Parts: sequence; structure tokens; C-alpha cells
Amino acid sequence: MNEITNSLAAGATAVATPASSTLVHLSPVDMAVIAIYFMMVLGIGWYLKRFAKTGEGFFMAGREMTAWIAGLSFLAANLGSLELMGWAAATYQYGILATHWYWIGAIPAMLFLGLVMMPFYYICKTHSVPGYLHLRYNNATRVLSGVTFAFMTVLTSGINMYAMALVMKVVLGWDINFSIWVSSITVAIYVVLGGLLSAIFNEVLQFMLIWLGALLIPILGLIQAGGWSGMVAKIHENFPAQDYTHLWSGLGHFNTNPMGINWVGIVVGLGLVISPGYWMTNFLVVQRVLTAKDLRSAQSAPIIGAGFKMMIPIIVILPGLLGLALLHPHLLPEQVAIKTGGNSYNEVLPLLMGRYLGPGLLGLGITALVAGFMSGMAGNVSAFATVWTYDIYRPLIRKQASDEHYVSVGRWWTFLGVLISIGTAYLVMQFNSIMDYVQALFSWFVAPMLGTVLLGMFWKRTTGPGGFWGLLLGTLSSIGLWAWVKIVPSALAIVALSPDAKPLAQDMFQALWSFIVTVIVTVAVSLGTKAKPESELVGLVRGCTVIPVEHGIPWFKKPLFWGTVVFVVFIILNIIFW
Amino acid sequence: MQKHRISIWFFIGLLLTVYGVLIFGAGIYELSHPQEHPVQMAQYHAGIWWGVLLFVMGLFYTIKFRPKKEQ
Repeated sequence: MNEITNSLAAGATAVATPASSTLVHLSPVDMAVIAIYFMMVLGIGWYLKRFAKTGEGFFMAGREMTAWIAGLSFLAANLGSLELMGWAAATYQYGILATHWYWIGAIPAMLFLGLVMMPFYYICKTHSVPGYLHLRYNNATRVLSGVTFAFMTVLTSGINMYAMALVMKVVLGWDINFSIWVSSITVAIYVVLGGLLSAIFNEVLQFMLIWLGALLIPILGLIQAGGWSGMVAKIHENFPAQDYTHLWSGLGHFNTNPMGINWVGIVVGLGLVISPGYWMTNFLVVQRVLTAKDLRSAQSAPIIGAGFKMMIPIIVILPGLLGLALLHPHLLPEQVAIKTGGNSYNEVLPLLMGRYLGPGLLGLGITALVAGFMSGMAGNVSAFATVWTYDIYRPLIRKQASDEHYVSVGRWWTFLGVLISIGTAYLVMQFNSIMDYVQALFSWFVAPMLGTVLLGMFWKRTTGPGGFWGLLLGTLSSIGLWAWVKIVPSALAIVALSPDAKPLAQDMFQALWSFIVTVIVTVAVSLGTKAKPESELVGLVRGCTVIPVEHGIPWFKKPLFWGTVVFVVFIILNIIFW
Repeated sequence: MQKHRISIWFFIGLLLTVYGVLIFGAGIYELSHPQEHPVQMAQYHAGIWWGVLLFVMGLFYTIKFRPKKEQ
């Protein structure tokens, strides 16, 4: 969930205190591990450039990915620069509640995407989500969603780049300019060379490295803590006044849990609006699935992604909990840490790395952090280049051109997208308050997009003007609510329905209201305008489309079977950690 | 004519094999030259067995997905 990771990035960036020493020190073998990683990702880009000469090859990876490759890439592209550090820090602050962003805040939406929505995205052969809106609604809706997506993508990428460079400065003492330029130019080179195929290949590699680099910390930490029960006992001993180890039992009211949210915000705001908005309509992740070689692979990819998403708390949430159990003295809120010279929540993962990882392993752990950043950035720039080329440049600037021309535009705009991101990073460095605004961008656009896509896909009466005005007014309402709370902080009590609500609850309820506005406006305008004939909705809308059925496929190869397995495990996990 | 493409798992295998050798080597060196301030849980020699795990995984992927000559 990028929007949440981004809000955590604000905290992580505050790590940039004038630290007198770094948190960890690298040995020559650690440096070698990191250097080899950079050589490998560049080598893969160089090798794959021969497969990215056509539009389908460059922008859609030839549409020949297996379910596994598309599924792992789908998940890896979601990993932002601060996924590991940000969520480990959030867990230290809020306890196991942070897991909701991995389970109810992801799994149901990913399964719905795979089992219900993917056939429509896949059958219409769109190259992007704005492209789908063009086919379903009209050009205006496509351009509106394309421009907002492109804008949001490069700015978010810049913010993440800056945040990551600051983290590297504090953790390793690396120069901020060095981190920004080396990591982003590396991403630019391999995506410009090999297009989406190169981004996807490297995302799978990065996904493996993230796991292998981060997994030792929970293993060694649990051994030291005396297993799960030992860890929980130590947390209760260290923090007797707070409940850090239950997922649902403290969510009865806003003030009975460390996050200041209630179950309605988590279930409705996160589970039913923000999470579906991100996983079902954000082209950054949907693009990976559109590259699948056939419909069954496209449906299976999000289900494979969901299976792995459910396990990510092992390398993200568990380290945060281990920090609560094992780190002494206790970590502090950022502002307190700055004043007292102590360590902040945001440093929990680097502190655990320094605590457990010896020479070589530390290099692998740092490579996992860098890989997380690069996979997220490659996801951003490859999606940006596709949307810019197909949904902005082609309809607005040059309608008729050769395939080679559009590939060339895609390559140039991949590179320019990286430069704009770097520019954003330097802008934020000068004016830190910009970060608050850019981070809010994501929550402005996600929920209205969900309303527009769902109504278009499942209600054939929706019209082009309905889709456009619903998306526009839903987005404006989201911006309006955000600005209202910004100007009048007490308005949070109205937006989030309780004076006890904390800022995180604002995201949930703001998304819910803007989704409702989108739906109401889209329905009202659609009922007042002329519907498209059903013949134009074939392949786009449920009820007008025949979904192909594969015969002779054994039950254990069907997406529905694996989707059910993942959902049952999801329910069991929530009950176990209730 | 469609070009034959090397599997991503081959590249992953190569990288893990090299990492396995490096990390195993660092673990063995640490065993014979203990650090003045070792990390916690150093008695488990995580570098050695994690290096072996990476090497075995890497070798498996490298061999299973190695590029084959085109017919």
C-alpha cells in the first residue's frame, strides 16, 4: 500500500537528524555483495534490450509472462523504498495492527482482482487502466485518469527516492546525492534498455533478494526471544499498558488501541475502499498482470501475489515486534529522539540488522533495502512511460505514428520520468513541506478511481459523461476534505466520525466519502445521459461479455481453487491473531 | 523468428551462487578470526549456513534453468 508507506516515509525521512555516527558499518565483503547486485541488474537490462524493440515488447513485455513471474512482479512493484523499514517502524509504534495493511488491506482485493475483474482487463487487450476507461467510457475520462496517474507516479517516485537517500545517509553514512543518482540512474538504464520486461525480470530478482536478505532477522530474533510466546511475554513485560499483540480485539473503539482507529475504519475504509482502489485499479500493479501469457495466468498471478503478500509480515511485522521485545533502551518517537539523542522507531530494522547480521549478511540485508527501492521505482517509471505514451501523448499530441516512434517516445519518457523524479527529490530536499502534499496525492485519486472502474465494469448503464464527472467530482471532494482538515484540524472529528480519531483514520474515511461521491455522481449523471449500445460493451462489462472457459483443466490448476485456499488461510490467520 | 530468452531464474541462480560463496567464505573467515565485537547470536554462525543455503539454491536454479542450445 504505497499511500500508507508514503505516510510512513514522512516519519522515516525525519531520521535525517544530524547523526554523528552511522547505525551500521559495512565490510569489504558487504560492499562486494552490493556491487555485484548493481552489476547483475544492469546486465539483465543489457541482455533484454533485444526483446524490447516493438510496442508490445517494450510496454507489455510481449504479453508472454507466466503466472509466477507476473504474480511475483505484481507484488514486488508494490514494494516502495521504505516498505521494510517503514512497516517495521509502524509495527514498533502500533504493534501487530500494522498487519492489517498486509491482510485485510490487500488479500480480499487481490483475490477479487484475479477471480472477478481480470477477465475484463485481459479480454479487452488494453495496455493500461486509463486505456480501459477509454474503451469503457470516453477519451476525457482516459486523459483525466492518465494525467493524474502520471503526475502522482513521478512525484511519489521522487519522494521515495529522497526518503531512501536519507535513510542510506543515516544507516550507512552514504552521501545523499550519491544514493539518489546511482540508484535512480541504474533503474533508468535497465528500464530504458529492456522496457517492462527488464523491470519485471529485475522485480522478480529483487523480490528474492528482499526475502533472502531480510529473513534471517526474524529467525535469529525469535531464537533469542524464546519463540513467539517468549516474544509476546517480553512485549507485555516491557509495555504493560498497551496491547501490541492482537489484531482485532482492541478495535472496538478509537481509544482502545495504539493506532487510534476502530474496526469500521479498518474494514470499510481500508478493506473495502483503499485496498481495492489500490490493488484493483492502480496501473502500477495491474500492468504486471496484463503481461500474462493467457487468461488463466492473468487470473492466477494476483492469487500467487496474494499468497506471498500474506507471508510478508514475517519479514516486516515480526522485526517490529522483536524490536518491542528485545531492544533496550526503548525506541522513541522521532521528535523525542531528536531532542534526547536516542534512537527512533524508524531505526528499528537497521538496529536489528546491526545486532544480528555479520559480514556478508549485512551486505545482503542492505541489498534487500536497495532492491525494495529499485523495484518500486522501476514499477513507477515503467507504468509512467506506458501511460504517458499511450494515454496522453498518442491521444493529445500525435495520434498517428509508427510503432517504432511510440517505442522511442516510451524510452525517452522513461528517462525523463526518472529525471523528473530526481527533480522532485531535490525540490523536497529544499522545501520539506511539499512532502505532505505529494503524499496526500495518492489518497486523493485511489478511491474515486475504484468507483469509476467498478461501476464501468459491473453496470452496463454507466455512461461516458457519468464516468468522467464521477471521477472528477470524487477526486475534488477528496482534495476538499483533505484541505478542510489541513485548514481546520478539528474537522478531523467530523470527517472520521470521532474526536478520538487520529490522522491515520483520516485516510480511511476520506477515501470512503470520496468513493461515495464518485458513485452517486456517476449514477446520477449516467441516468440522465444516453447509454452506450450493448454491442460496444462486449469484452468490457459483466453481463455483456462471455468469459472464456478452459475445459479439461484439473481442479488443482484452477484459479478459483487457489483463490479459495488463500482466502481460507487468510481467515484462519485473522482468527489466530485475533 | 522468435528469439530464445534465458529464464530469469537462471540469473537469480547465478547471483545466489556467487552470494553463497561470498557469505559462506566470510562466515568461515569469521570462525577462524573472531571479531572483537561480534554480532549477537554469533554462536549460531548464521553466515555459514545461510551461505550454504544460498549456494545450494543458486546452484539448483542455475542448472535447472541454464540456457539450452536452440534446435
